[in-house]
This record gives sequence, structure tokens and C-alpha cells, in this order.
Amino acid sequence: MAARGWRLAAAAARPGGGGPGRAPGPGPASEPAPGPVPQPAAPAAASVYVHWPYCCKRCSYCNFNTYVVPAVDEAAVRACLVREAQTLLRLSRVKSVTSVFFGGGTPSLASPGTITAVLEAVMGAAHLPAGAEVTLEANPSSTTTARLAGFKAAGVNRLSIGVQSLDDVELRLLGREHTAAEAQAAVEAARQLFPGRTSIDLLFGLPGQSLGAWTQGLKAALGLCDDHISLYQLTLERGTALAARVWGGALPAPPQDLLADMYQTARTMLLAAGFRHYEVSNFARKVGCPYAVPPMLCHPCSRLSPHVTPYHTLPQGALSTHNLSYWRAEQYIGVGPGAHGRFVPHGEGGCSREARVQMLEPIAWMRAVQSRGHGTGKRVVLSPLEQLEEVLALGLRTDEGITHKRWGRFSPHLSLEAVFGAPGQALQQQGWMVLDGGGLRCTERGLAVLDSLLPDLLCQLQRRWGPTAPGPAPGPAPGGGTAPRGSSAARTGLRAL
Amino acid sequence: MALAGRTAMWWARLRSPCPSAAPLCLPPWLLAWPAACERLYSSRGKEKLDMSTYPVENIRNFSIIAHVDHGKSTLADRLLEITGTIAKTAHNKQVLDKLQVERERGITVKAQSASLFYNHKGVNYLLNLIDTPGHVDFSYEVSRSLSACQGVILVVDANEGIQAQTVANFYLAFEAQLAIIPVINKIDLKHADPERVEKQIEKLFDIPIDECVRISAKQGTNVEKVLKKIIEKIPPPQCNTSDPLKALVFDSTFDHYRGVIANIALFGGEIQKGHKIVSAHTKKRYEVNEVGILTPYEHPTHKLYAGQVGYVIAGMKEVTEAQIGDTLFLYKQPVEPLPGFKSAKPMVFAGMYPVDQTEYNNLKSALERLTLNDSSVTIHRDSSLALGAGWRLGFLGLLHMEVFNQRLEQEYNMSVILTAPTVPYKAILSSAKLIKEYGKAEITIINPAQFPDKISVSQYLEPTVLGTIVTPQEYIGKIIVLCQDRRAVQKDMLYIDEHRVMLKYLFPLNEIVLDFYDALKSLSSGYASFDYEDAGYQAADLIKMDILLNGNPVEELATVVHNDKAYATGKLLCERLKDAIPRQLFEIAIQAAIGKKIIARETLKAYRKNVVAKCYGGDITRRMKLLKRQAEGKKLMRKIGNVEVPRDAFIRVLKREPEK
Repeated sequence: MAARGWRLAAAAARPGGGGPGRAPGPGPASEPAPGPVPQPAAPAAASVYVHWPYCCKRCSYCNFNTYVVPAVDEAAVRACLVREAQTLLRLSRVKSVTSVFFGGGTPSLASPGTITAVLEAVMGAAHLPAGAEVTLEANPSSTTTARLAGFKAAGVNRLSIGVQSLDDVELRLLGREHTAAEAQAAVEAARQLFPGRTSIDLLFGLPGQSLGAWTQGLKAALGLCDDHISLYQLTLERGTALAARVWGGALPAPPQDLLADMYQTARTMLLAAGFRHYEVSNFARKVGCPYAVPPMLCHPCSRLSPHVTPYHTLPQGALSTHNLSYWRAEQYIGVGPGAHGRFVPHGEGGCSREARVQMLEPIAWMRAVQSRGHGTGKRVVLSPLEQLEEVLALGLRTDEGITHKRWGRFSPHLSLEAVFGAPGQALQQQGWMVLDGGGLRCTERGLAVLDSLLPDLLCQLQRRWGPTAPGPAPGPAPGGGTAPRGSSAARTGLRAL
Repeated sequence: MALAGRTAMWWARLRSPCPSAAPLCLPPWLLAWPAACERLYSSRGKEKLDMSTYPVENIRNFSIIAHVDHGKSTLADRLLEITGTIAKTAHNKQVLDKLQVERERGITVKAQSASLFYNHKGVNYLLNLIDTPGHVDFSYEVSRSLSACQGVILVVDANEGIQAQTVANFYLAFEAQLAIIPVINKIDLKHADPERVEKQIEKLFDIPIDECVRISAKQGTNVEKVLKKIIEKIPPPQCNTSDPLKALVFDSTFDHYRGVIANIALFGGEIQKGHKIVSAHTKKRYEVNEVGILTPYEHPTHKLYAGQVGYVIAGMKEVTEAQIGDTLFLYKQPVEPLPGFKSAKPMVFAGMYPVDQTEYNNLKSALERLTLNDSSVTIHRDSSLALGAGWRLGFLGLLHMEVFNQRLEQEYNMSVILTAPTVPYKAILSSAKLIKEYGKAEITIINPAQFPDKISVSQYLEPTVLGTIVTPQEYIGKIIVLCQDRRAVQKDMLYIDEHRVMLKYLFPLNEIVLDFYDALKSLSSGYASFDYEDAGYQAADLIKMDILLNGNPVEELATVVHNDKAYATGKLLCERLKDAIPRQLFEIAIQAAIGKKIIARETLKAYRKNVVAKCYGGDITRRMKLLKRQAEGKKLMRKIGNVEVPRDAFIRVLKREPEK
């Protein structure tokens, strides 16, 4: 992806390569970084996340930024999503959009016209390649074939269906609006329209769920599914009805060991069914293998393919391009209430990657978009170290791990070996991690306990970074220095807009 | 400072015309008003009193002793009002209890004194009330106060009857051969049964029923009678103004502006400003700057005479210079010193650490200042790998420890980590090498790390106390079981009336330091009372127990326990530790061991799965914050072998748990 991003950026820089007349500002002239330590700047590509904040009903486990309202003024929301997408794309000076993801909330409740409008806005502000992944999250309760056809016509080419469970009792516990049969019908309808591009979500570790019930459900799901499955262990979130019942003692909390068994069993079943476990919770089949170097014994597909081709040149297949862009710490632009983004706001003179959050509450967000074009509620400049920390925490969630190339993009002077290659690295010796020609990644065993490994890895990074760190690139920000930069700025660079 | 505030309030009250019934004898300093009082806290500007009008035969020195909550402080308030020492208002509550902690807990921690003036049958009397703490932890304060008295008022609640502290305090007074005036308080209460209490007093203390005075201190009923009894029954002090000066230091306080203020009782002679005095204890010489009486605040006088009680300020810089129990005499006129007091011995030790090490110096200075006024607390520097630099403090008892901690918080705004209390053990060494090393054969062990091995010890000793329990009879069964469980030996059992029993048990001190009192209260629905006194050391089968994490000992968790209790204690510690240590990448064996023998084990299983399922919509900010906090936490963790133990795990294990 990284290379593709670069290539796309290069293409965009060629005359006529950019969007139709919308490419703003001074253009590629400012792209080459001036200082000796260039910011990992300007792969002028990004993915776009669009948040639809409404649901018919709140699920018992969900603490996302969603709202159940009697009537949605869809025209107004649409206008604001369109406007914000345009503004932020212009701000980022992104030339090419690699994928678009409509999440929520329940974006399948929006009308296809809204999807069309947003996609048109994206295409108007940047290049959206013809085959670029456009995913829509859908609930089985709002996915008739006719609606799905409408979304397809609007430009959606991938569907992620929130099946969650194929057991009616479990579905009721989760507060879902659909039955198992409806979920099944929805998946079948989706596969007709989006063959090979339909993903399903399943939850495990529900209160009272047994290992047997989980494997039964997974078996049924395997009979139903397409080439992508996300298996999420239920997280009890503060403030949700389900958590209150579990913490209040009304429902049993699933034991740690059972959860581990559920995870291991599911992984085994899915690998047997030909899926690649490419991220903690995500599985896909009919895809390449990530390793560019001779295989490690730890990886199940090591015997299957000769690893000579760099992974990022392999076809994506059923992998979620969009989600991969998060895990690979690429740029992403969040549009809609509460959406998160990570990008360099070149358009306003910024030259450092920022963490941005749009305002949570839809009405306030809309007002902000109407008055100033976007509803960004918070932006924080990420220091080079903070960026690396994110690269580490996210990249290690994938089976490909962090490639040397990607690491080098964020840390040109301090290699992966320099940070993690010291002899006596306990985590590697104990078989949790691998550092080799391909990069740094977790073993299968390590991936399951990644959250216990990360604090140590972050400590190690901070230790190495401390004395040798070159710090932020010198020189003033090109746009007159309005955007705070560097590590000290990052601490104080919190600005409410 | 709160104290200054209260003083100001009090003086303000005095200034207003006193609406109370005209006192029989107006206090001399009220007559001497209106001397301007510019700086209220200081005694400067107050008219000095002439105390020569109160000859020895017109002086009575007395204390009030009682079980907690039986109304000692209320009676003191009434006595102060009736004698006009303070104006009578509805706000006089615990006037003598100056500390915030005293007022909040309704207890007296620090003895206070007040001089009362009272006209009886045409004679002006000077009554010196020396207030005493009620709780056993402060019994050293009681005996100290009693030494300046010739009599006591023994207050007993008409409803609750004789309680454990009543017994203990009675014997303190009895052994000091003081006149005892039994007073039955709270007769206004609905369930008051003064007759029953009179019978108890007769049976237990051998005091005739007709000597009891029935009062309600709250309503003031019969309080005048108490004053008359004081004059009639308590003898005046036996001493002579023409003798050379002989003054007992029975208390001292520290004032930042004026240095040490020593409370004294004159057993002979007189004292005044300019006198050169010598401490019999330190042999140091001082010049008297000021003498006066306590009203209860310092009020200067020209002189103090034999038999009187008051204070002296003589340029002493440190509280240690005014040793409690010391005798002061005039330079070049030495006298036979009065028998001093045994210095208060710490019975309970606990580690004290700042919550944050950066607070170390602040805490240090707070401790220094607080111990100026509470010399019974011993302090040794200590440090723990887990908790950092701190101190090991010795307290007189648990309440003392709590009160001290509360005063640190309230008066110095310090919050601290206090470890579970331990008691001082002793060992009689048999190894010649060790004896040489310590310079003695009997050593005291405060810190388990210093516990000598059995091979070089002929005998271990543990401190014991004689506990008195007074309880309604229906709880006897349960209480006996509780006491046996605490390795206690019954010494006495006596029905003090048809419903109440007094039990006496010899307890190993460490069995009661943690939660005995709470256990007793809960199994008796709060009706049983408990008090104890030091009963020396006894031989004990003591062992040192180590706590191991994957085979490596955790120094700060080593404890000295009795052999019989090792298993239960070890199990409890392992369980607590299991809950306090987060799961890690490998299994952790948490073991309690005696020598090489493992006596308890808990296993903390390895994490098999610990990875968050989803980073929703690219929202990793919160996640990163959490991870970074964990990474920061890692740096502060204590590594024992390969096991990482967060600091708060030690705190949770070592901290004194509030018992349910």
C-alpha cells in the first residue's frame, strides 16, 4: 500500500494527474520536504471514513457515537457530509483517495442518494481510482435486495454486515433488531450483489456463551460467509446496558481462559477453511501472503506459497483495504460527527501529522460545518515519537507486522533493528516477536497477548528515542507556522476549533 | 491555625456581657478586665493575676476519668461554666478538647488543664481541673495527669454502666491513692438506670452507694453537688510555699513563637518571672520568662505557689527539654526529684511513606512538627524497595496511630501510606557472635528484615497485654471463642451485676493490633467494651515468613508470625497478592514460605489472550493513552525475578485494610 500510495501521489503530481480542476493551493511545489529530516510527508493519498451517526435502536453493548432520533433531516446531514469531505480533502491536499468507508451508526439507513453525494464530493476533490474500495456497513434489518442494489448503483462495492450472531437468543441479549434468519437472508442477498466483497462481523465472549455454542455459531457462519470475516471479542464498555448487567451481577462475566479458548478455536477453524488471519480480529481468504522474505515457521501459510513478491504488490483480494490503511498508519480523513482522522493539513500550512476528531454531537457538528466548512472539534499535532508509537501499536496487530520500509518512512534515522534488535530482547527470545528481513511482527502466540507486549515495546522505543532522537525537523512551517509542530508543540498543540 | 481561632472566639465570648447566672465568685481575670488584648494568642497584654490569695488549703487538684462517651468533656464544660471560667452559652462543647481530631471523634487525646475559682461557704477555692484522655492508648497521659492530682471524678454512664475503660481508669486512680468521687451521668436519658450502676460501682470498686452523685452534665443537674464534693472529699495538696521550689512537669506543648510551654504542678515553693530554674533531668539552667494558669488558655500570673497548677515558659527550645515527669527546682537549691514517669513505650509500629516520593521533605517536616507535641511517637528512618523512603513509627496503640495519621492529614494536609501495624518482638540471642555484634543478649526486633535465625536464638519473646472486656452476658460465648482464637488466656471472669460480665484475658499484642476491637464490637452488636494495659513480654514460638514470587523472596512482605498463625496469615497474604498483581505473560507462583517450607500457594495464571478486539473507526487516541500510561507504569514497577509488581500492589497488600 505504501508504495502504491507513493505511486499514486507521483501520478497526481503529473500535470493533469490530479483531480479535475479541484487541486487546490500551490500544489506539488511544496511537496519535497526542505529539512535534512523530512517529515514522512505527503504521500498525497488518504482513505476517507464517513460516519453516519444514526441508528433505529441502540444495541446493548454499543458505546459508539450513535444517536436514535425520531426523524433525521437527511438532506441537511448529507449536505454537511459533502461539505466537510470537500473541506478536509482540500485541507489535506490529498490527491488520491485509496478507499472510502461508510461506518456508523447504521449507514445502511441512509439513502443511496447520500452515498452518491459523498462519493461525488470525494471524486470532486481528489482522484478516486475506479476500483477503489468503497465499503458500507450494513445491518441485516435494513438490507433488502432493493436497497443493496441502490447502494451498489451509488458506488458501494463492498459490504460489511453486522451479523454479530446466528442465534436468536444471543441476538436479543445484544439488543439487535434482527433475527438469525434475517441475518442469513441479508448475507445471501449481499453475496449476490457483491460476490467476493461481502464481509460479516461476529461477536464472541457473550455473557453465558459456551465454547460449544460459539463453535456451532461459527460453523454456521462459515457455511454462510463470503471471503472475509471479522471476529470481535465482546468488550464490555462503560455506560452500556450490557456492561451494567454484567457488572451488576445479573449476567456472568466470561472467564479469561474461555475467551482465549474461543479465540484459538475460531482461529483454527478459520485457517482450516482457508482464511488468512491478517489482523487480530480479521480473517480473509483468496489473498496473498504478507512475507517478502523466506517464510517464518510460525506462519501457517509458509508452506503454501513462495515468498518472493513484496506483499504490498500482491492483490488485496478480500482484505479490507480501508482497515489496513489504519493499521499501516497511512493517512485517513474522518468525515462526520465523532469521526477520527490522521493526516497532514498541508492546505493550511501544516507539515506534521495531526490527530483530529470531529465534533461528536450531530447538531453541533452540522452547525460547525455550515459556518466554517468542517466540524473538527479537536486537533493534536503528533510528534515523531508519537507517530512511531502509533505505527507500533497498530502495525503489530497485523500478520505482516511493521515493514522496514514503513518504519523508515516515520523514522529515517532510527531503524527497527536499532530499537528492537539489541541482543537479549526477551520478547523475541521468548517467542512473542520476530524481527527479520521482513520487519517486526508478532508470532501467533504474541498476537494473542499483544496488549501485554506493547507497554514493554513502547518503553524500549522511548528509551532508544530519548538520547539519539533527532527531534522534529528544523525550519519553519511552510505556511507561516500556524500549525504547532514538534514534540513540545504536540503537548501544547491541543486546539479547540 | 485552628487553635488560635478558637482562642479568639473564646475571648470574644468573654468580652460580651455574661448572661449566665451570676457566678458565686467572679474569676479574678474577669475582674481585672478590661486589659487590652491585642494579640489574642499571646498572653501579652493580659492583666497578671495575684495567686497568693489561694493558700494551699484552698486548692483542690483533680481529674475527671471515664470511659469514652460517658460525658467527661461535657461535665468539664459545665464545671467551667458554673465557676464562670467560661461564659455559659449553648456552644460550649468539649472546650478542653482543642484538637480538631478530638472534636470530631469525641475523644480527648491531649490532656488539658483549667483553673476554676469557686466560692464555697464564703471561702474562695482554686480548683485545678486536669482533663485526661479517655482511651487506653493514652493511659500514660492519664497517669501523668493523675500525678498532679489528689482526687478524681469517676464518671459512669447511667445507661451503659461500668465499661472496660472505667475499670482501667479506676485502678489507675486507686493505685495512685487518690480520692475517688463516683458520678453517675446522663440520668436524664430514658433508659438510665442509676441504681444498677451504683450497685456495679459498689460491687466492683467497693465504694458505698450513697457516695455516688447522680447528675446530668448535659442539663447541668446536680453539677453543683459535684463541686461541693470536690471541696469536701478531695484533700488539698500536701506542700508548703516556704519550701524550696519543687515543680513537676506533667505535660508540655510547643508554641512556634514562644517555644516550649511546660505544664507544672508545684509541690513546694513558688515560682515567678526572673527565677533561675534547673531541670533535674537535664541539669540545664533556664530563666523563667512567664508563669501563669490555664483558663484553659494561658493566663499569666505574678507567681505560682505551692499546690497550684499552671504553666511556665523558660526559654526551652525543644519539647525534649521539658521531659514529662521531670522536676524543676531553683538554681543552687536542689531538691529530691519527684518520682518520674515511665516514658511511654510504643506498642505498635507501622511504616509510613509519602504517597508521592516528591512529598518526602514536606512529610518529614510535618512529622517533625507533629511529634513536637506528641513525644510518645517514636520515629526511625526506613526505606522500602517498593514504597521508597519513609519511616517506621512507633505508636502507643492503634487509636493513637489513627489519631496521629488524622492529625497529619488535618493539621498538615499530608496524605500518607500507612502499612499494616506490627508489634516489637524480642529475641534472646544465644550466638556469641551476634551478642557481640549487638552488644547485648536481648534485642528488640521492629523490622522483620532484622529477625535473627532460630539457630542463634535461645528464645523469642512477644509483647502481651492484659485486656479487660465488659460485656452483656449474652455475648460471652462468642467473645470467649474470639479470645481463644487470638491465643488469649483467660485470667478472670466476674459478674459485675446480673447482666454484665467483666472478663480479663492475657493477649499477645499482635493478635489485637489489627482488628480485634472491630471483631469484638461487631459480634457484640457494639455492646462489649475493651481496654488493655501493657503486661510485659512472654516467650513465643515465632517464625519469619517470607513471601515468594516465582521462588524469589519479596523483602517488603516478610513478616514475623506466631507458628500457629503462619498458615492463615500466609494464605491471606498470598490471596491478597494474587488480587493485586496483574496477570502477566507467564504463570506466577505466589508462595508463603517458612525457611524452605512452602506453607501456602496461589497461582496467577498467565495471560493467554490480552489484545483489544477493535480500534473503532481509527480512534486510537484513547488506546494510545492507556498503553502509554501502562508503559509509564512499567518504569515504576518493582521487578522481583521476572515478575513485575506495580507499586500499588504492595500498598494494597501492606496497607491496613479497613475492617468491615
